[in-house]
Amino acid sequence: MATIAPIHGTPELSERRVNYLNVEHGWKSWLFTTDHKRIAILYLISITLMFFVGGLMAVLFRINLLEPEGIFAPETYNRLFSAHGIIMVFFFLVPSIPATLANFLIPIMVGAKDLAFPRVNLLSWYIYVVGALLTLYAVIRGGVDTGWTFYAPYSSTYSNSYVLAAAFGVFTAGFSSILTGLNFIVTVHKMRAPGMTWSRLPLFVWSNYATGLIQVLGTPVLAITLLLLAFERIAHVGIFDPNIGGDPILFQHLFWFYSHPAVYIMILPGMGVISEIVSCFSHKRVFGYNFVAFSSMAIAVLSFVVWGHHMFITGESMYTSLAFSFLSFMVAVPSAIKVFNWTATMYKGSISFDTPMLYAFGFIGLFTIGGLTGLYLAALGTDVATHGTYFIVAHFHYVMVGGMVMAFVGGLHFWWPKMTGRMYPEAWAKFAALIIFLGFNLTFFPQFILGYLGMPRRYHAYPPEFQALNVLSSAGASILGVGYVIPMIYFLWSLKYGKRAGMNPYDARGLEWTIPSPPTTFNFDTTPVVTQEAYDYGELEEVVG
Amino acid sequence: MSAHEVAIPKVKTLVLVWAALICFTALTTWVASFEFGEWNIVIALLIAVTKASLVVWIFMGVRHVTTLTRLFVVAGLVWLFIMILLTASDYKTRNWTYQAQPWANNPAHGLSR
Amino acid sequence: MAETLVPAGQEELEAQETHLRHHFATPEQQTDAATLGMWTFLITEVLFFGGMFTAYAIYRTMYPGAFASTSEFMDVRLGGANTAVLICSSLTMALAVRAAQLSRRKDLIRFLILTMIFGTVFLVIKGIEYHAKWVEYKVPGFRFTYEPSYYFHHAQILFSLYFYMTGMHAIHMVVGLGLLTYLVIQAWRGIFHARYFAPVEMIGLYWHFVDIVWIFLFPLLYLIGHKR
Ligand SMILES: [Cu+2]
Repeated sequence: MATIAPIHGTPELSERRVNYLNVEHGWKSWLFTTDHKRIAILYLISITLMFFVGGLMAVLFRINLLEPEGIFAPETYNRLFSAHGIIMVFFFLVPSIPATLANFLIPIMVGAKDLAFPRVNLLSWYIYVVGALLTLYAVIRGGVDTGWTFYAPYSSTYSNSYVLAAAFGVFTAGFSSILTGLNFIVTVHKMRAPGMTWSRLPLFVWSNYATGLIQVLGTPVLAITLLLLAFERIAHVGIFDPNIGGDPILFQHLFWFYSHPAVYIMILPGMGVISEIVSCFSHKRVFGYNFVAFSSMAIAVLSFVVWGHHMFITGESMYTSLAFSFLSFMVAVPSAIKVFNWTATMYKGSISFDTPMLYAFGFIGLFTIGGLTGLYLAALGTDVATHGTYFIVAHFHYVMVGGMVMAFVGGLHFWWPKMTGRMYPEAWAKFAALIIFLGFNLTFFPQFILGYLGMPRRYHAYPPEFQALNVLSSAGASILGVGYVIPMIYFLWSLKYGKRAGMNPYDARGLEWTIPSPPTTFNFDTTPVVTQEAYDYGELEEVVG
Repeated sequence: MSAHEVAIPKVKTLVLVWAALICFTALTTWVASFEFGEWNIVIALLIAVTKASLVVWIFMGVRHVTTLTRLFVVAGLVWLFIMILLTASDYKTRNWTYQAQPWANNPAHGLSR
Repeated sequence: MAETLVPAGQEELEAQETHLRHHFATPEQQTDAATLGMWTFLITEVLFFGGMFTAYAIYRTMYPGAFASTSEFMDVRLGGANTAVLICSSLTMALAVRAAQLSRRKDLIRFLILTMIFGTVFLVIKGIEYHAKWVEYKVPGFRFTYEPSYYFHHAQILFSLYFYMTGMHAIHMVVGLGLLTYLVIQAWRGIFHARYFAPVEMIGLYWHFVDIVWIFLFPLLYLIGHKR
């Protein structure tokens, strides 16, 4: 990831074929590129860096939680978990799959030479970098202690930390997200190759299209909310401060109008990856293609009418809460459709247990747990008891880490040969997948119990009787950390020493597997004409069945 | 790709729309000087929506664009309404009192509020 | 595909004339993509302003008394004049797009410059209004007093919203003027003609959108809830 350079240096590859990686050399050819594949690599490097910065914060506060009284000062602890949340949500999870894998794959999957607006795509990366630098500046100068939610009036009035810099960082990064989403929407509508009808689109494209809609419709509201917050902090005018006539709950309405749908920005692309992987390694067409495709769209729409479930205990109207609770249960339906359809795809399939498939298994199990515990939280009664406890922390980490990060790493393995032309070492990869799965569960399952027992989140200290479970969780976190470093190492190793990948190492279907690995700059020599459905594994089924 | 006939608007149409917009501006200012209570805002918004529709339909040429683009325009407005309506529903109903369980006020049950 | 139908030389010429970028198959596809992209961008703008309109709606219903009392500081004449100015600028913008569609270079430049003049007049009037607020001590957070004093905080919120919304709108106007300057330069160099005018059309859409925002701001801020 971080070193693409060795490839240029390898003579045999340059001799073999010109591709998007070796067509031009030098830093300028990267920083001024408009090739969606190169921009995807730039994004991959940046979000990986941010992932490890955010992960480091997590390691540090997990160390703090080894002792009931805490090890660091309370202020330090607050800054650590806030930095972890802000970096992981806005600088890793939101851009993770869309800006990297989807950026790389969507033009290829629809049979186009590039995204509709290549220069806008590059611009979005620069905007992301500026946002990330602003946020890192806030972290280095002393951090933010508001949590990733920036709740007013604490953030606008009382906090003595670097709220403005961090908020502007998030504000800026929001525009990069908007531009990515806009580019995907237009690309899917206007750049499809002849014969690539909507019902032939890979499900990965569908899910990223739905994600694009959320990014475009939700993110501007986050932007204006953070601006209002910043202005209140600068001028003390009381838009959100109840002391001077404002209403802090309005901040939460506007914030969650974006941030609940943002949860689906973070999970929908992962669902798309899983659809691709499950179909490929079951050697079967995805069961109920139409249902899976439309469930993505249903999720995108429904995600905008459930935000109030974050505010059941804030003083939001009880009647509004009732409506939001009901709607939150509704959004479980399309999610469940996806899980059932993946399972049905595997049923009677000829399943091979390659590394990406292991991650898909992990995703399905962990996402189901994360999703079902979400229903506990959507219910008004249980939410009162579990809101603001570790139960909620465990719930969203099962969705975000158990779901999205699993899908991201799985998808990275799946398309790594396509992106780099090299295979990763299969044995190591399986080992790492296992470690990640075990480490993840050890980290977050105890947190369900802790939350159920009533341990509140965001405290640097806790009663001594919770220590055993906290130590288990911290131990799990260190295993999880190792699990993430192993792929990092062998991916880098594979760039130079990995086995060369052919055009289609997994015998998968889809336009991306019909072109060389790595692809050339314009992806296709001649515009492809699509005549088949997606996931046309029909012949193989006959041989197997 | 769709057939691309560039629809060039007539100058007369554009000028008429302009005149209508100016008239509506005068109208909304004039109407606002009367007291209709809550209806003032309704009338003002109705006029504003009419004006905006004229701009969208003629000046921005939505009368000539594809159904897809129209769908996008409508989607933007629908989402704006979702945000305003659901947020407003909270504020409208926040102070509704509700009848607690009847026995809660009944001294015979030994419970009081 | 067009490639097989048209001789290579002619196709190249056409691509040059229509500024066709390499990843599009036809100029039509390029224009379609730009149009959809622009409308998608305008949707994000709707929701961006929408956040402020939501806050405005909430506080206006929450504090009707304070809201009514702020009305005497809103200058209906200046607001109304600005509305008229913006409507005129929208007309000239629409005429500019028409001129581009008809390859009338001089008309195009003329109407673009007229649009810029109207835009500048709008900003000048806005500046006069802002100056009046400064003089009257009605700049929230920095220079603010209010009578009756029990409305102080609530009035400050409403004035904040006034400044947020008109300020954000004014920023969009300034950006629009920048874009128009770019268009004038390009038009002067003779880039636009009947087969290539997408930038004029797209920036026109943006300009009309900014006009629409004002069409809603004017009654909401200057007209409703006013005691006369
Ligand atoms: Cu939520």
